[in-house]
Amino acid sequence: MRLMSQAGRVTLAVWVLSACLGTTSVLAESALGDRATGTGRSPTVAPLPERARTIANLVPQQGWPNPVNDQEHRLFTLIDVLEYRPRTGRDGNNSDYRWDIEGWYGGDYNRLWFKSEGQQDTAFKADYDVDFQLLYGRFLWKHYDIQVGGRMETQSFRNHNVTRGLGVIGIQGIVPYNYEFESSLFIDQRGAVSARLSYTKDFLLTQRLILQGRFQTNMAIQRVEEFTTGSGLNNLEFGVRLRYEIHRKFAPYIGLSLDRSFGQTATLVRQQGGDPSQLRFVVGLRAWF
Amino acid sequence: MNDEVISRRLLLKRAGALGLLAGLQPLLASCASHPLLSPARPRPDISTLSGELIELVISERSFALDGQTGMAVLINGTIPGPLIRLREGQEVTLNVTNHLKEVSSIHWHGILLPSHMDGVPGVSFSGIEPGTTFTYRFPVKQSGTYWYHSHSGGQELQGMYGAMILDPIEPEPFQYDRDYVVMLSEWSEESAEVMLDNLKKFSGYYNFQKRDAREFLADAVRWGLWPALRNYAMWDEMRMDPTDFADVTASTFTYLMNGLPPAQNWIGLFRPGERVRLRFINAAAMTFFDVRIPGLTMTVVQADGQNIQPVTVEEFRFGPAETYDVIVQATEDRAYTIFAETMDRSGYARGTLAPRSGMEGEIPERRVRPLRTMEDMGMADHGNGHTGHVMKRSSMNLPGDPNDHGPMHGEDMKYAPESHGRDRSPILGSIPVKHGPDHHGTGNQTVAEYSKNRMHESGKGFEQSSRRILVYTDLKSLTPYRDQRAPEREIEIHLTGHMQRYMWSFDGKKYSDAPEPIRVRYGERVRFTFVNDTMMEHPLHLHGMWMQLENGSGAYLPRKHTVVVKPAERLSVMVSADAPGSWAFHCHLLMHMEAGMFRVVKVSA
Repeated sequence: MRLMSQAGRVTLAVWVLSACLGTTSVLAESALGDRATGTGRSPTVAPLPERARTIANLVPQQGWPNPVNDQEHRLFTLIDVLEYRPRTGRDGNNSDYRWDIEGWYGGDYNRLWFKSEGQQDTAFKADYDVDFQLLYGRFLWKHYDIQVGGRMETQSFRNHNVTRGLGVIGIQGIVPYNYEFESSLFIDQRGAVSARLSYTKDFLLTQRLILQGRFQTNMAIQRVEEFTTGSGLNNLEFGVRLRYEIHRKFAPYIGLSLDRSFGQTATLVRQQGGDPSQLRFVVGLRAWF
Repeated sequence: MNDEVISRRLLLKRAGALGLLAGLQPLLASCASHPLLSPARPRPDISTLSGELIELVISERSFALDGQTGMAVLINGTIPGPLIRLREGQEVTLNVTNHLKEVSSIHWHGILLPSHMDGVPGVSFSGIEPGTTFTYRFPVKQSGTYWYHSHSGGQELQGMYGAMILDPIEPEPFQYDRDYVVMLSEWSEESAEVMLDNLKKFSGYYNFQKRDAREFLADAVRWGLWPALRNYAMWDEMRMDPTDFADVTASTFTYLMNGLPPAQNWIGLFRPGERVRLRFINAAAMTFFDVRIPGLTMTVVQADGQNIQPVTVEEFRFGPAETYDVIVQATEDRAYTIFAETMDRSGYARGTLAPRSGMEGEIPERRVRPLRTMEDMGMADHGNGHTGHVMKRSSMNLPGDPNDHGPMHGEDMKYAPESHGRDRSPILGSIPVKHGPDHHGTGNQTVAEYSKNRMHESGKGFEQSSRRILVYTDLKSLTPYRDQRAPEREIEIHLTGHMQRYMWSFDGKKYSDAPEPIRVRYGERVRFTFVNDTMMEHPLHLHGMWMQLENGSGAYLPRKHTVVVKPAERLSVMVSADAPGSWAFHCHLLMHMEAGMFRVVKVSA
């Protein structure tokens, strides 16, 4: 596209539409005059005697329905990840679950978003980690929604629960090369700043057999030991999930997920008895409605 | 349900006692079309109605086809509805009774009539409320092949359409021995509302012909790994899908010919040597069809109901709402398949022209799904050397600005001469025009950086074919239109949308965000220039007035009610605003219209 605009700059021709436009209004008047007096042969604007007879069918334009339904609100829910993860490593006997669900309610431009993630015993967060977000989203520019709202995070460590509230600013959309992109900046109630970034992309092996690549990372500025969060890069996660779309809205999958935490976070995870580097086999279901 | 039966029986008893049985007849008749009864099925016998007074009844009933059962909306109990056959010069009264639970309407497509008879709820009237009868009454001022359909929500897709033939006063300028309507449409058990919901949530929902790994490997073998990678990456980079030829495909649709699926094979009988007139009507909500009859050439004699100078072709493509009348002459004593393949090649409708009933023609080999190219994205083609002559509209009115339609003074391009003898005129946009700075906001995904006229192109999907395919520049009116004035002003409208979000609009705004009508003065001659900034074909339909397609045929510009604008195309039509009132103007792809690709054109009296 850019290439062509450069080529286009070579010539700057004047847009010539019609030289005789200036003279047409006179012609139009005379043609109309003909019709109005009924002397012309033109039957195009014959008087409409039937109007008087059927006018009773007409009601004032107020209260008429909208000719199209272009303001419908919809509810969309995507269960992108809902999976069972058998423990395969050493000293493992506790298999666990993970989910990543998001959706919206609204129209083309304004949407109320909801997102929830939850998992157990990862390289990033030892034990349970459950996360819920409620956001207002506005379709801002071509491919992106900007989102503002709140997030609640709960973690549990051996019968001990911690919960915090966070403010969220996010951008979500599709970046060039067709990657689904989601980024969020969080500020918790005590002012600690963290961020999350994720990309997913679908590769079609066949029309129904689809490989989804997934990349996610978490970062933080402050160390929040209570939530197993060190400062700096927290973790990196790469996943591949191979799904079969039995129906467009319903696809079981299998996959592999590599999750590794770094630096202070890895240390904290180790202190909690977690494993900072995990390769997990997953089996799950992707669905939307 | 039991209660209902009992009460009806009771009622009958009492009614009988009171001698009111006769009065109950219509009630019983309406019970016969109750949705709980066994589903209706496609049938080959569609009735014909004519005369001064016509009664139409809209009802709902489950409908079974190819194992798919869904709710159908029927006119007089059939899909399609009855053929309405009228004479030019007569007056007609049509009583339309709505037995649905929702508001309904019938729009007479392509018919010139008073605006309050046009049948668009919210524009020409309030619609037909459940249980009421609306009386349409208008004089028949034209002749040709037309059709009618609901203009309320998704009823059209559920079967609410039928053919309309207006026989001329003057003899036809061509001869034929037999006359058939060939109405193409679709059927799905899914309603239009469900389809739109699916598309809004995942725009590729119905496309099962996307490029996958197997195709990539085949392309890598054919083009080499690096060129294939580059091509795939380029489309990905733009976040576009080059396989996007139909939003809704055969994955949910069964395509119908005169209401019959391919398995039921509609048959039109002929005796060898006879001239057969086929009135092709595209009554589909979402489908472009490529129509051919292997073994025969087709002489197109009418386009959108209007006589044209006969042109002989082997295949034509038409969009939703367009019609073509063709004449074929089969000399052999054999069956000929009428083959209507969808533009995306996912399915087809078919029927047979046969000397005897029960015969079946051969189904032609299916063609491969085409691909969009850079040209469809409005990137000027390197090959044609056009780039050196690109025009820039810099200091002229901004494209898409509805408030600035002032006349533009050119220098040397004389246009639309009064002399009727000329059958040549320049085609606007034959030299690519650069898009203005307005990219139509968030709801528009891309713009055609260079738009140009593509009326001489047959379109994508015919690349491997040496067949003679109808193009818009073939269409020349048989007689010059009475109004040969040059336009007083130009209204430029950009066709915009966002495929991933499934948003469709004009000038970047859907109807509810721009409800203000496009105002035209009564008697004015105005040029509409359509610029397609999207990567899809859009069939644009103007109600109430002809659009004269500015296809270069001078005084013989063809008149159309529906004009297909190709991707990245710039196409102009002229309109004589000879019908006062409010008129709908919209994309005739049902989902695009419902998403807001709709405007009102108001002709002030």
